[in-house]
Amino acid sequence: MSATAESNAATKPPVKATAAASRLWGFGVVALLIILGPVVVYPVLLMKVMCFALFAAGFNLLLGFGGLLSFGHAAYFGIGSYVSAYAAKAWGWPPEAAVTAGTAAGALLGVIFGVVAIRRQGIYFAMITLALAQLIYFVCLQVPFTGGEDGLQSVPRGKLLGLVDLSNDLTLYGVVSVVFFLTLLLVSRIVHSPFGHVLRAIRDNEARAISLGYKTVWYRLAVFVLSTVVCALAGAMKAIVFQLASLTDVHWTTSGEVVLMTLVGGMGTLFGPLVGAAVVVAAEFYLASIGSWVQVIEGGIFVACVLGFRAGIVGTLADFGRRSIAARQGASARAAVN
Amino acid sequence: MGVANRVAALALALAAFTGGPGQAADVKIKVGVLNDRSGIYADLGGEGSVEAARMAVEDFKAADKGIMVDIVSADHQNKPDIGANIARQWYDQDGVDVILDVPTSSVALAVSQITREKNKVFIDSGAGAADITGKQCSPNTILWTYDTYALAKGTAGAMVKNGGKSWFFLTADYVFGHSLQKDAAAIVTAAGGTVVDSVNVPFPATDFSSFLLQAQASHADVVGLANAGGDTVNAIKQASEFGLTQGGQKLAGLLVFISDVNALGLEAAQGLNLTEAFYWDLNDGTREWSKRFAARHGGKMPTMVQAGVYAGLLHYLKAVDALKSKDAAAVLAKMKATPTDDPLFGRGSIRVDGRTLHDMYLFQVKTPSESKGPWDYYKLIQTVPAADAFRPLGEGGCPLVKG
Repeated sequence: MSATAESNAATKPPVKATAAASRLWGFGVVALLIILGPVVVYPVLLMKVMCFALFAAGFNLLLGFGGLLSFGHAAYFGIGSYVSAYAAKAWGWPPEAAVTAGTAAGALLGVIFGVVAIRRQGIYFAMITLALAQLIYFVCLQVPFTGGEDGLQSVPRGKLLGLVDLSNDLTLYGVVSVVFFLTLLLVSRIVHSPFGHVLRAIRDNEARAISLGYKTVWYRLAVFVLSTVVCALAGAMKAIVFQLASLTDVHWTTSGEVVLMTLVGGMGTLFGPLVGAAVVVAAEFYLASIGSWVQVIEGGIFVACVLGFRAGIVGTLADFGRRSIAARQGASARAAVN
Repeated sequence: MGVANRVAALALALAAFTGGPGQAADVKIKVGVLNDRSGIYADLGGEGSVEAARMAVEDFKAADKGIMVDIVSADHQNKPDIGANIARQWYDQDGVDVILDVPTSSVALAVSQITREKNKVFIDSGAGAADITGKQCSPNTILWTYDTYALAKGTAGAMVKNGGKSWFFLTADYVFGHSLQKDAAAIVTAAGGTVVDSVNVPFPATDFSSFLLQAQASHADVVGLANAGGDTVNAIKQASEFGLTQGGQKLAGLLVFISDVNALGLEAAQGLNLTEAFYWDLNDGTREWSKRFAARHGGKMPTMVQAGVYAGLLHYLKAVDALKSKDAAAVLAKMKATPTDDPLFGRGSIRVDGRTLHDMYLFQVKTPSESKGPWDYYKLIQTVPAADAFRPLGEGGCPLVKG
């Protein structure tokens, strides 16, 4: 009896250490893929994957760690995209200022909408966020500065800090990679901070978190805004990469797509949204030549994922890894006892 | 020795035979057909546009003239970032020389910009934004088939001349709808008609009943639909339920295609007035080509967008053949210097802003009893000559046009 308790205590720290180690490995793999990627894959496609990966990572912050399913995250992605495109095109702002402006606009919108939305949970929360996002869609459809159906086109990529010319795809790729990687580190830091732990506590048992003295509303608002900031940053970068912002960015289907990415990759995992975004973007791109089957295949992937491995690609892999480690440690613990 | 000699002689003779075209076989062209193959414009362009491109290559006998053409295609899913991504990769990595079709104005404008940056050729047939040859025009972009201005002008101008003096507009309440109404209203007034009233319909709308009642109450001669896609289809369906045309008013669609009429059916669409650049049953040339097209494309008659893909590629191949080169700047200059001439659009020309000028036609949709068979949909009301059909060169605001 005491022996098992002891071995439990002994295995705890290593599990935590392996989690940190596997996270480190994850970042290493991501960095390696970023460096080697352009050799094999067209860099513009990779930049698109990174933009959508950030979008999904931001969304996952709210869904996976906050437990709140928003169905209107296209609003923040889109507003980031429109504002940065407009700042770069009409005001001639350099890219770093334009992207910052887009991100700030997303944050502002996140605060306003967050205050309204976080009062409810579950399906009501999803519906409120969807309604607010549709509001933004119709604003973008109507106001003159978005260019309506034509969108904002010919957005200049400009020069970073007035020095680095971003019109070269590989230079831009470098810049996007750095922003992407740093934001990913930031998300990881948020998730593993005391703040992130409180979030998970609220997600799993809000009544208990309240009884422990946490003001859960503030935590929910904070994670909502953080999530919108990351999404707006993703949209702002996308506008610079593709030199356009359009109604597609704020359309509700984009909100649906990010849910798909997050679920396929693995909700509540750090790297899941990245894998999900890569799968969905690659499917849209590589299947484009097949014609009318893209949406059918996307739907198929989603169904297979929900039925077959509900934790998503990364979630399932992580489960598998944890189980095999636990089995190994269990065996070694038994061996030590014997 | 003797055998070897004979073989050598034979080889020499063969070389002499094939020598001419053989040398010219240097020109290899890759054509990319980029359009919507799964969404609302799939019937308008889609796989049919790819088939039309193949027919252009075969009809031109490109291989015999030493031009090797390879056709690739992709679905842009009506998303500008996907379209831009594919266009960039096609130009940068896959060696595509010319992109065709590209419906949806936001995607078309994005591809136009990339084409200019990479100095390639873009012949658009599927998109209708007049800005493509206006404020955002490009020396590398040709807009072959139609634009919203030409459709508004054809329908509004010709209908006023034929007695439709007073107009009532049902306008989709967003930028596109308002600009369509503004263009059409200006043409109505210029032709001597009046705009009685207009009503803004929330976009997108499914219920048009109250707006249609207002239109009927206005007693205007013509009810103009300044909307597109699903809105237009819904409005036409409900107008037929309200007996709008039976009540003596005329219904005019400012952005309707034969694929929409085919989807609606004659029962609902009868009496609708609309402008197109091409109809399969216009003359012997269009009938001959369209029958061949339908035989290859599951019995579906071509739309004007698919016809535009064919004609645009044909004109491009002519320029390449004349120059024996695919240098984008030279080919574009040649295309604009040579008058266009093909069985589908007749004679025409390409303006400096990229606008192809050809005749446009005002049609009226037949009643079910007038129609003799499948795809027998239109009666020709009036031909709008090329010179009058499009926006005057100076009014588009294209920077390439020197005042």
